[in-house]
Amino acid sequence: MSSASPSKRSGIALKILGPILAVLAALLVGAVIMLFSGQDPIAAYRALLNGAFNGRRAIAETLIYTAPLMLGGLAFAVAYRASLFNIGIEGQLVIGGLAAGLVGASDLGLPTALHLPLAVIAAAIAGGVWGAIPGALRAFTGAHEVITTIMLNYLAYRLINFTIQSLGDWLPVDSQFQATERVLPSAELPIVLEGTRLHAGIIVAVVCAIALWYLLFRTSFGFKVRTVGLSRGAANYSGISWRTIFVLAMAISGLLAGLAGAGEALGLQGRHYAIPPGYGFTAIAVGLVGRNHPIAIIPAALLFGVLNAGALAMQDEAGVSSEIVLVLQGLVILAVAAFAAANRIPGLRRLATPRMST
Amino acid sequence: MSDFFTLALVTATLRLTTPLLFTALGGVISERAGIINIALEGLMLTGAFFAVAGTWWTGSPWLGLLIGVLSAGVAASIHAYWSITLRANQIVAGTAVNLIAAGLTAFMIQRIWNQTGASESVTRLPSLATGINILLPVAFLLVPIVSFFLFRTKHGLHLQSSGEHPQAAESVGIDVTRNRYIAVIASGMLAGFGGAFLSIGDLSYFTLDMTAGRGFIALAAVIFGGWTPFGAMLASLLFGAAQAVQIQAQATADFPISTDLLLAFPYVLTLIAVTGLVRSSNPPAGLGQHPTSH
Repeated sequence: MSSASPSKRSGIALKILGPILAVLAALLVGAVIMLFSGQDPIAAYRALLNGAFNGRRAIAETLIYTAPLMLGGLAFAVAYRASLFNIGIEGQLVIGGLAAGLVGASDLGLPTALHLPLAVIAAAIAGGVWGAIPGALRAFTGAHEVITTIMLNYLAYRLINFTIQSLGDWLPVDSQFQATERVLPSAELPIVLEGTRLHAGIIVAVVCAIALWYLLFRTSFGFKVRTVGLSRGAANYSGISWRTIFVLAMAISGLLAGLAGAGEALGLQGRHYAIPPGYGFTAIAVGLVGRNHPIAIIPAALLFGVLNAGALAMQDEAGVSSEIVLVLQGLVILAVAAFAAANRIPGLRRLATPRMST
Repeated sequence: MSDFFTLALVTATLRLTTPLLFTALGGVISERAGIINIALEGLMLTGAFFAVAGTWWTGSPWLGLLIGVLSAGVAASIHAYWSITLRANQIVAGTAVNLIAAGLTAFMIQRIWNQTGASESVTRLPSLATGINILLPVAFLLVPIVSFFLFRTKHGLHLQSSGEHPQAAESVGIDVTRNRYIAVIASGMLAGFGGAFLSIGDLSYFTLDMTAGRGFIALAAVIFGGWTPFGAMLASLLFGAAQAVQIQAQATADFPISTDLLLAFPYVLTLIAVTGLVRSSNPPAGLGQHPTSH
């Protein structure tokens, strides 16, 4: 928001209003696409909401999708706050999932109280390292993180395939299943809603959101991250090492993505599969709609959880291909970007930021 | 091993290089004009889809090619509008275009053919010989043409100055906005050729996510190739060769190297290349920047 905001309260109102308008605009364009191809958008959206909210099972499925998207959105946000663009969330997520799956499937003779945390920590470290690599490459060689994270995504897929196909003699992997072996009961994330598949990943995600908010806005480290993000020059001038911040912000970003992978492997799937789930790019939309604010990312992730969970019901009940949800996600990103742009262009600013109060 | 490196491997390399090369040439043009184009993946997918749909509607693969290429150009204009006129973050805009392309093509498979996952079969573009589709030599012929355009013509140099120093370019009367729009739309059309090669050149149908990351690989080829058409061609050949060797290795019993490691090799090379450890890696100075500050 610009400094022209009349008061802090209206500033916050606008920050909330902008993304909501963007989502509505995206849903409207989505409806036009459906109409144009001879389908009933109202029936489609009704089925989508039904699929996401109607009953315990539906709500559980929505939250199952919400958890990795929330962690992914947080991962995107922490890097973005340091002015870095992490589009390697998918790679960090699957590397984390592989680590969790391997540790979880290893018979270490440990009780749950040790085995589960160990598997989660393994995922956090693996994701964190996979994130820190592009951070360090950017900090010390200047290689742009967008390119290096894309390369590291593909390297991650190859590494995982290689591990599963070729390292069966040493590691608990199952090349027939294209996955790690089944995670042992001692490393499984507990179910938090009986009779559903909803695992503790959603709690981990919300805790991470609050923790990241505290880290970014209540600690000196968070202040340094945001300073580097706003101006590397100012950071330098005040003695903050932007290079260190780049590496650490990307490590935290990768760590959060790795936790998302752990949730999939230890909670939902019970093993880590070689096929990437594709949450990494949706996470970008989550971060942007949540304006890269950890607390705002909670409802933003829920929104995309609803879209993803409702998509199948929309396909079954209204006959609208579930992939339209990808289109909606892309449209949301475009709309958020357009609203942000309207803020920057003086002639349009009045339209995008109506005065709420003075 | 002696009969591993055969003519078949060479044609396979050229065949797998072609879609990357078309798209990478588009990437060179866009990035030379200062616009980061990670939408290449979605633009390729758009081209691949509408080439099949166009062939299905008209019955002619040539008209299908035209429709595919034009559709990718239209999709690129969305990236251009957000990146140039709205001055949105170019990576954000590109990500959105990729998501929309992936979703819309999947959605439309179902609407047009009432199928999920793949289209019906259509007539493909003619081949010159087994495994050599007519578009294959076109891609390689475009390399010197694009190179000549960028480095030897007035328009090409204006386009480059729009990417190198947009403010200076504006001050001497070069229309940076116009040049950038043309560059991005041209890059979309080239990516559309790459996509059409996959769907109606190499195969005769469209499948879900059939580009499978080739747009991103093409972007890597742009950078690995040092933002020049000939460099992008060599990089595309490297990526294409890695794929060809991998495919043949899978069919060869007791091949000594894991095919995953073979496929990983080009990505590692690209990573090393962008760090500038091997040789300098100089992107256009104004990449991602706008002509006037805001």
